[in-house]
Amino acid sequence: MGMTMTQKILAAHAGLKEVKAGQFIEADLDIVLGNDVTTPVAINEFKRMGAKGVFDKKKVVIVPDHFTPNKDIKAAEQCKRIREFAVSEDIENYFEVGQMGIEHVLLPEKGIVTAGDLVIGADSHTCTYGALGAFSTGIGSTDMAAGMARGKAWFKVPTAIKFDLRGEMTKWVSGKDVILHIIGMLGVDGALYKSMEFMGEGLKNLTMDDRLAMANMAIEAGAKNGIFMVDDKTIAFLKEAGDKPYTVYAPDPDADYDETYIIELGKIRPTVSFPHLPDNTRIIDEVGDVKIDQVVIGSCTNGRMEDMRIAASILKGRQVAKNLRVIIFPGTQKVYLQCINEGLARIFVEAGAVFSTPTCGPCLGGHMGILAAGERAIATTNRNFVGRMGHPESEVYLSSPAVAAASALTGKISNPELL
Amino acid sequence: MLNKGKAFKYGDNVDTDVIIPARYLNTSDHAELAKHCMEDIDADFVNNVRCGDIIVATKNFGCGSSREHAPIAIKASGISCVIASTFARIFYRNAFNTGLPILECDEAAARIEAGDEVEVNFATGEIRNITKNETYQAEPFPEFIQKIINCDGLVNYVKENI
Repeated sequence: MGMTMTQKILAAHAGLKEVKAGQFIEADLDIVLGNDVTTPVAINEFKRMGAKGVFDKKKVVIVPDHFTPNKDIKAAEQCKRIREFAVSEDIENYFEVGQMGIEHVLLPEKGIVTAGDLVIGADSHTCTYGALGAFSTGIGSTDMAAGMARGKAWFKVPTAIKFDLRGEMTKWVSGKDVILHIIGMLGVDGALYKSMEFMGEGLKNLTMDDRLAMANMAIEAGAKNGIFMVDDKTIAFLKEAGDKPYTVYAPDPDADYDETYIIELGKIRPTVSFPHLPDNTRIIDEVGDVKIDQVVIGSCTNGRMEDMRIAASILKGRQVAKNLRVIIFPGTQKVYLQCINEGLARIFVEAGAVFSTPTCGPCLGGHMGILAAGERAIATTNRNFVGRMGHPESEVYLSSPAVAAASALTGKISNPELL
Repeated sequence: MLNKGKAFKYGDNVDTDVIIPARYLNTSDHAELAKHCMEDIDADFVNNVRCGDIIVATKNFGCGSSREHAPIAIKASGISCVIASTFARIFYRNAFNTGLPILECDEAAARIEAGDEVEVNFATGEIRNITKNETYQAEPFPEFIQKIINCDGLVNYVKENI
């Protein structure tokens, strides 16, 4: 029986010719990632393990992005700890406030991750890098500590679900709508312990930003990882980002998939996840009258240049609705600067929106946009669990940047096609 | 190893944001995290939990974030074991890695109700519902994971393999 893309990457990193679903392996790591919430716990465990130092100072990446710029004294102390660790371990890829970005927007942009890599990150959205043809998965702090100490991690080889993408999306539909549609179809545990592998002739019609948004949310279907076939667009993206050598893994023709779904991209409608789970989806035509108090555009799902351009194209020359807070936060300093250079920052500010420095803040209810009891937000983020953006009695609706920007103009969840 | 305690019962998809909300993640202090365990799904949990008690839930327990603060908060609150029909995969790893015992058992997840007195044998995976006078058998762990459990978590496992 042939292997899936994921199985091939795992086999190559375990020094094995072949792996089978269910097999336990120990694999070499190309990148071990942590942030300001998970790294302090990892440092404790790293010390308890008796590690002498990190296995490779080039392969450990630390990005303080969750509660930065430091939101309070405790957050400042956590960041101080990881900064001191990064300095003492001489970590090359430690990104201080001012050079950082939201980790999963930053690493692809900097060329730190490439096709064929095996990446673990102490952040559940580490699965984002599957868009580049890497095996990439979220783990906890203790696994991060072990990874930093040994450069290895254990894995159970997963089975996979195949998504055969066909056709082309209509205007105002993006990768975010495709992945919300898929999560709605599978359920939040529909891909539990499995890989989600994306391929098909429709792949060529998805931009890299579409693919990054889709891989990012594989975890919201419970998946171990999401991974895309590498094509010309991927190679062009990787070459622009850096010169890290890459390896392309395609699935064997007889690779075993638990299920195959044909996704007709042209039939997907703008999609919204209602509270309090990402799989609680409705197409925009069936949303009804949902008034909102806040709009959040950004995050590791939708904080890339294309997302900013879509939002700006809708907000240009218009005003956000009265008594509505609109918060736009680009994913990295590079995206931020490009928003200024392209005139998008001016469009956002003139429309009456906040245009913020990169941070995970509002997405996880950390800071920079917390909701009060009874308030509702539409957000281009990835989770709408109870209390995710603030008070446990607040509500988060998930959408694409186009739907969020259209909603910013009306104060209720709105269809960008009808503007 | 036997453990006896009262069951706290929850449903599907108990996510890491309700187990320990992000607003408390600016610390990694175990006792501090325990004070807010389950706060957004069960405000009375911290007042009612006693050392040795058990959390029982249905499918996909621990979905969402990779925060290890979730199993840490549960363990530090006094909970001795979490039983569910399935666990989200990062939580599953984190539980073993941090030494929080978990068991997968459909029947126990379906039958045990809040307040039931439950006895768990971690060595055999036998779960006894004293209140209902019933016994359920949990899935055995794969050999590799059993090794980590035997080391009481990944730290000791790595210590031996560093």
